[in-house]
Amino acid sequence: MLNIVVCVKAVPDPKEACNIKIDPDTKTLLRCDVPLVLNPLDKHAMEAALQLKAQFEARISVLSMGPPEAGNIVKECLALGADQGYLLSDPAFGGADAYATAFTLAKGIRKIGSFDVIFCGMASSDGSTEWVGPEIATFLGLPVVTLVKKIVECKGASWIVKASVENGYRLAQVKLPAVFTVTRELNTPRTLSFSGIIKARKKDIDHWSLDELGVSSESVGLKGSPTIVSELNAQEENKRQVEILTGTREEKTDMLVQKLVEAGVI
Amino acid sequence: MGTDHRAVWVIAEQINCHLQSVSLQLIGQARKLADQLGTLVEAILLGDKIEQPARQLIAAGADRVYLGNAPELEVYQPELYTQIAVNLASEQQPEIILIGSTDMGRELAPLVAAHLKTGLTAHCIDFVLDKELILEQRIPAYGGLLSIVCPEKRPQMATAAKGVFATPEPDDSRTGEIVLIDIPTDLPGRVKTLEIIREEPQGVPLETASTIVAGGAGAGDIDGWKDICELAAVLNAALGSTRPAVDEGWAELETMIGQSGKMVSPEVYIGVGLSGEQQHMVGIVGARVMVAINNDDKSPIFEQVDYGIVDDCRKFLPALIEQIKQYEEKKNTCE
Repeated sequence: MLNIVVCVKAVPDPKEACNIKIDPDTKTLLRCDVPLVLNPLDKHAMEAALQLKAQFEARISVLSMGPPEAGNIVKECLALGADQGYLLSDPAFGGADAYATAFTLAKGIRKIGSFDVIFCGMASSDGSTEWVGPEIATFLGLPVVTLVKKIVECKGASWIVKASVENGYRLAQVKLPAVFTVTRELNTPRTLSFSGIIKARKKDIDHWSLDELGVSSESVGLKGSPTIVSELNAQEENKRQVEILTGTREEKTDMLVQKLVEAGVI
Repeated sequence: MGTDHRAVWVIAEQINCHLQSVSLQLIGQARKLADQLGTLVEAILLGDKIEQPARQLIAAGADRVYLGNAPELEVYQPELYTQIAVNLASEQQPEIILIGSTDMGRELAPLVAAHLKTGLTAHCIDFVLDKELILEQRIPAYGGLLSIVCPEKRPQMATAAKGVFATPEPDDSRTGEIVLIDIPTDLPGRVKTLEIIREEPQGVPLETASTIVAGGAGAGDIDGWKDICELAAVLNAALGSTRPAVDEGWAELETMIGQSGKMVSPEVYIGVGLSGEQQHMVGIVGARVMVAINNDDKSPIFEQVDYGIVDDCRKFLPALIEQIKQYEEKKNTCE
């Protein structure tokens, strides 16, 4: 039995994330009720697990750390085909940087207990740090390969994967248990099915708080984070005086071609 | 020279014995910080037959290079590279470690940081020392600039992308020390790089392109994306993208412009179907002419460009491409 853990994150919907701004006066974030969704790259991590489950006898556990609302994305993963969901949620976990996030998730993975393969998306659309996967690996004492774009060989306890490098790839050999962070090139995520949603109703989500995880409040959340935001400045953006080219579509293409000629492009 | 502060480090990177430009750019930043702290700039460089790149680091501003020079270090080996950096940093306790946001750096940096139980800030665009000489690591976010600090843990670690900082002028008369380091042999051997294959990039490279056509989520679907690709092709421009376009699967990761992608400085930039989100815009440095095509006249992109077209790019692009082709034909027959 292959035990797979998929780490997922609830992020502000990337399609609306540009609406989150800094209030220049109070220097706090104006969230504008942007909904939380499953981080796009985590869908590929989930798909990687589901494809393995189609080949081998496997059990998929989905793990997330976040506010209670993040339970929705764990449910979504259960509907996609995961077997068990876990949500690490506690006010003490709030304000975590990548280090404290990875520390807490690693504790969660230890508590789940059985893990041969751990998948994470290579980055989250809001934090974009790429650190959580390799830091989880370090805390668990496991090997890691980041930016995986192809699983070449996955029979047995020694895998071969292709990782993305600029203009090419790195072929790496890894002994399980191991952590893999995945790129979107790895697969095409499936969409939710009606039967999946029905089946997910019977599946459980375990909610674990600080006490249940058995860690000190000093080592998680803001307190457990080596890095902090010291300042939040509304930046004077590189504003330019825009000239909007108006008219019929033909007039607009004419004007733009003229501008491109003047700019020396054509 | 004051000795209150330990050295500022750069974990440098070479590919086929050529230094990555970002390594030299970070040496320039490390020099600036070390001069203010009254300390030394030191670099770690791992590879095989790399005495020449080690001297280049000194010419760029390093005072000391810890050199791992052996066949088994020729390409990035996660366990070996991590162990060497962790051992050296535990022994020497640098104040700061800077690493390029390359494919290797983005894996190695968090491994080293987690082993050293310290923080790590991703993809910085500026480094400044505050009044207490703590490193402010600046990143763009939410339409502003965040300063991240690591007040208690040491070293303070950060990554930065290629092209964010200027490459220092080499001074071949600079002297520095090259320290050969021992290579650990007691590794678990659980992950190994078998080979790294790189190909010549296709098309016009983004970093040096004079014209860039960049597309975003507004392309709508893969057919809309193909129009953006065709516009780039007829203009002989490099193709760029935003994170959403990469996430949708239309664009290759290599084409992503911005804080976590590439920094570019074209003469002319044309943004199609993108909103001008800061993570993307911060990657465009000093373009002379900027153009945006977007169907939403309220989009923030229209505050950041010189010429704007408010139109559905699915309808506008085919018309524009046709017009450009006709113009080129006319020009050719006249010549």
